[in-house]
Amino acid sequence: MTWGVVIFPGSNCDRDCVHVVEAVLGQRVVEIWHEDRTLDGVDALILPGGFTYGDYLRSGAIAATAPVMGAIREFADRGGPVLGICNGFQILTEAHLLPGTLVRNAGLRFRCVRTWVRVESTATPFTAMLPAGAVLQMPIAHGDGGYLARPDEIAALEAAGRVVFRYSDPDGRVTPTANPNGSMAAIAGVANAAGNVVGLMPHPERASEALMGSVDGLRLFESAVAFLANRVPTAPIAAAASASVASVSVASVAGGAR
Amino acid sequence: MTSTGALDVAARAGLTALDYREICQRLGRDPNPVEARMFGVMWSEHCGYKHSKKVLRRLPAASPRVLTGPGENAGVVAIGGGWALAFKMESHNHPSAVDPYNGAATGIGGIIRDVLAMGARPVALLNSLRFGPLDDAKARRIFGGVVAGIAGYGNAIGVPTVGGEVRTDPCYRDNPLVNVACLGLVRADRVAKSAAAGPGNVVLDVGARTGRDGIGGASFASTELDEGREPADRASIQMGDPFTGKLLIEATLEALATGAVVALQDMGAAGLTCAASEMAARGAVGMAIDLDRVPLREAGMRPDEILLSESQERMLLVVPPDQAATVASIYHRWGLAAEVIGTVTSTPVLRVAFGGRTVVELPPDLLAGAPGYDPEAEKPEGLADRWRLDVTDIPGTEPVAALLRLLRHPDVASKRAVFEQYDHMVGLSTVTPPGADAAVLRVIDAPPLGLALTSDGNGRWCEADPRRGAALAVLEAAANLACVGAEPVAVTDCLNFGNPERPEIFWTFREVVTGIADTCAALGVPVIGGNVSFYNEAEGGGGDRAIFPTPVIGMVGLLDDLTRTAQPGFTPGGDRVVLIGASEVTLGASLWLQVVHGTVRGRPADPALERSARAMQCAREAVRAGLITSAHDCSDGGLAVALAEACIHGGCGATVTLPAETEAWFGEGPGRFVASVAPERLAELKTLGRSHDVPVVLLGNVGGEALRVGSPDGRADQVYDVAVSVLTEAWRSLEV
Repeated sequence: MTWGVVIFPGSNCDRDCVHVVEAVLGQRVVEIWHEDRTLDGVDALILPGGFTYGDYLRSGAIAATAPVMGAIREFADRGGPVLGICNGFQILTEAHLLPGTLVRNAGLRFRCVRTWVRVESTATPFTAMLPAGAVLQMPIAHGDGGYLARPDEIAALEAAGRVVFRYSDPDGRVTPTANPNGSMAAIAGVANAAGNVVGLMPHPERASEALMGSVDGLRLFESAVAFLANRVPTAPIAAAASASVASVSVASVAGGAR
Repeated sequence: MTSTGALDVAARAGLTALDYREICQRLGRDPNPVEARMFGVMWSEHCGYKHSKKVLRRLPAASPRVLTGPGENAGVVAIGGGWALAFKMESHNHPSAVDPYNGAATGIGGIIRDVLAMGARPVALLNSLRFGPLDDAKARRIFGGVVAGIAGYGNAIGVPTVGGEVRTDPCYRDNPLVNVACLGLVRADRVAKSAAAGPGNVVLDVGARTGRDGIGGASFASTELDEGREPADRASIQMGDPFTGKLLIEATLEALATGAVVALQDMGAAGLTCAASEMAARGAVGMAIDLDRVPLREAGMRPDEILLSESQERMLLVVPPDQAATVASIYHRWGLAAEVIGTVTSTPVLRVAFGGRTVVELPPDLLAGAPGYDPEAEKPEGLADRWRLDVTDIPGTEPVAALLRLLRHPDVASKRAVFEQYDHMVGLSTVTPPGADAAVLRVIDAPPLGLALTSDGNGRWCEADPRRGAALAVLEAAANLACVGAEPVAVTDCLNFGNPERPEIFWTFREVVTGIADTCAALGVPVIGGNVSFYNEAEGGGGDRAIFPTPVIGMVGLLDDLTRTAQPGFTPGGDRVVLIGASEVTLGASLWLQVVHGTVRGRPADPALERSARAMQCAREAVRAGLITSAHDCSDGGLAVALAEACIHGGCGATVTLPAETEAWFGEGPGRFVASVAPERLAELKTLGRSHDVPVVLLGNVGGEALRVGSPDGRADQVYDVAVSVLTEAWRSLEV
């Protein structure tokens, strides 16, 4: 399969994502320029971290209007897997491809620390291979990572199983000290209604090699590869997604993935 | 003889009468006002190194690995596997005193571009910071602003900040030090140059547009700060834009990859004037520049403003005329300006036109060739008296209470609250994050090659004995690298001092350089570049407000296999605790003396270069052979602090034997390492020690939840016990 990594001016984790997909995962990757109008041949897409256009306005606000966003929206509408990491997550919320918004960290400071997240939903390509409740160690590095939405929106997300990752301690307990940025309901990542677009503040690409201290993040990329391999190509994407999620996640639990 | 009017021109340009006369003599005429201003910045201390250049020649600059030594934008050394590293440290002290956020941010931007100018991708940043006591309101404001500025620029531009230091002393209250270093990686056969060449080649101005900011910043950094003038000085401060800086990195690396770039340089201090004159002088060519073609931010800028602007995120490139459009289009694609503003000429003249008329006509080597002075040097009065320290005169204190006070001191305490604000992981290279003795990076394209980075400097030691203090700073940097198993390959230094026109300051500077030179020579490490920052004193203090002489040593080391490294913390289990190296220690100029008795007195330890170098080698080999499970160097606060830190890092206790004497606990001396070793490998470690003639002293055992220190004679009243949790709480005092 072919991954696309979108490069906006000011993206700074693009090379890291390319490295993990190419050198660690052994997958083909193409770089998508912010002025591109098509995503031809791309099977899964990553919006990497960084400070797009300097982020002198709200984080991600300018990138959400970039020329490439039309093609990304179309790709997402067709059910293509999209992963927004850190600034990529902020862009997806600004583009209304994901709900909510990311505000200044509760401590008002940029934080670069190890965090743990609990997998709350396996109904996405990036978590389909993971058992629900799995705890992943992935670092954060952001100043604007506090997840914010109206209480009724949060409740709706929870009810629909669209909260994908929640900050927890290493044992999976959601505690106030495990929440690094004051996110509502300790939300670290969410999905769109169809489940194919996922955004999260932690950096899975920084937790994809043993030398970097954790390989938990690699599971997100591996999961998407397996998900796409299992997907019936001719079936309408959205329908196929929910069907394969169930079967894949059962297989992974049985196989003792974690 | 020059007229009074001409001397007014000179004074306004910041030139001394002496310098002005020399310029007139070498030029054969009076410079016009625009030219005088150009000389004013190029012959400032910041650009011209007038007081330091002769002394700096003492530093060893050669090694078989050195591809580019001092004098370029950054030094470059080969590291194997077809790769080389570029490394450079610079100060941004004066701007940070006036505008902490922007001063620090533009310091980061500038040092990144120096490394980029060598054709290297910047991959890591370090910073060494000095502030007044953090309970002082002014010091606290500067500290907060500087850290935020480093974070704001470094995080956005996507170069990880992987290490550094923060130290405090009242002497830095009005003169904070912000020293920043950048490391880059470049293919050894693709190192870029700054010497302009090829008459007929064109000169490209790329990056941000030129505005009225930072005009005369270089001269500003070459005078003492005057508190009342702060608001007026703000015009001399540049504003950084990390977004444009990031675009400039990517566009420039892409431009270099085309092979079309003949030469390039950052437009930093003294802006276009400095870049054009230095590039032409290095290539022994001339340049014809047309200021009407420089991309400007605002209309109506005068020629001297365009020539002296220190607007950030700009570079000057020399490319063949038939490639100019290709190179410019790369910058345009990244949304940056790129304009041909001139050509390289064969006659060595820098000719600048504005409005169709020549406004400057100067030999580049005269502009870039500020004279080297031989300032008067005089040993500070009473230095030898201050060295006298009778330990028996100093009352001892309860050692556990003293240990906790030392752990709480900002020089020792955890800096997590600071480095958590820096993205230290971007780039996927940081294997050992900040907080250990040295940061370890992988060379992602040449596994299993690794690099280790550290920066060290101890103003207290240098205040007491500049030559020894400087030597000890170099040794400490080498010791930090040894702890992770790295062999030092290059040094870059930042030398921070008061006013060099005062004979005792200049004497101190010369002593410091000598100490660095001797020590680097003994260790076989070249000094591949660096920076001098004078005039770090606030006006009107009669000299008592100058900072401690503060050399900061940035050192980079090589790991052939980065998996063979060590970390500072003890690991729970049955390990033995040993002290590798047993140099003489002293309480002279120690942190203990300063913290407990509030004084800097006595003389720091003898560097004992040969013996210390052997201890480093022994520790490094022990790490590389996997003989020891942890390694941590003894520094501020001596053995007791090192033991406590090994317990804190590892989260477990230890039981050790130490004489119940203040000197044994808190005495400081070079070349000593606290290490832990599995019992079955202790004999092997001792054999290694013997082969280097380095003592390996058994101190005790790892284990328990407390640091327990007993005296060798087993006296029960001299057993001290302190829980690791209590040590940790003290050490984390800055994290609130």
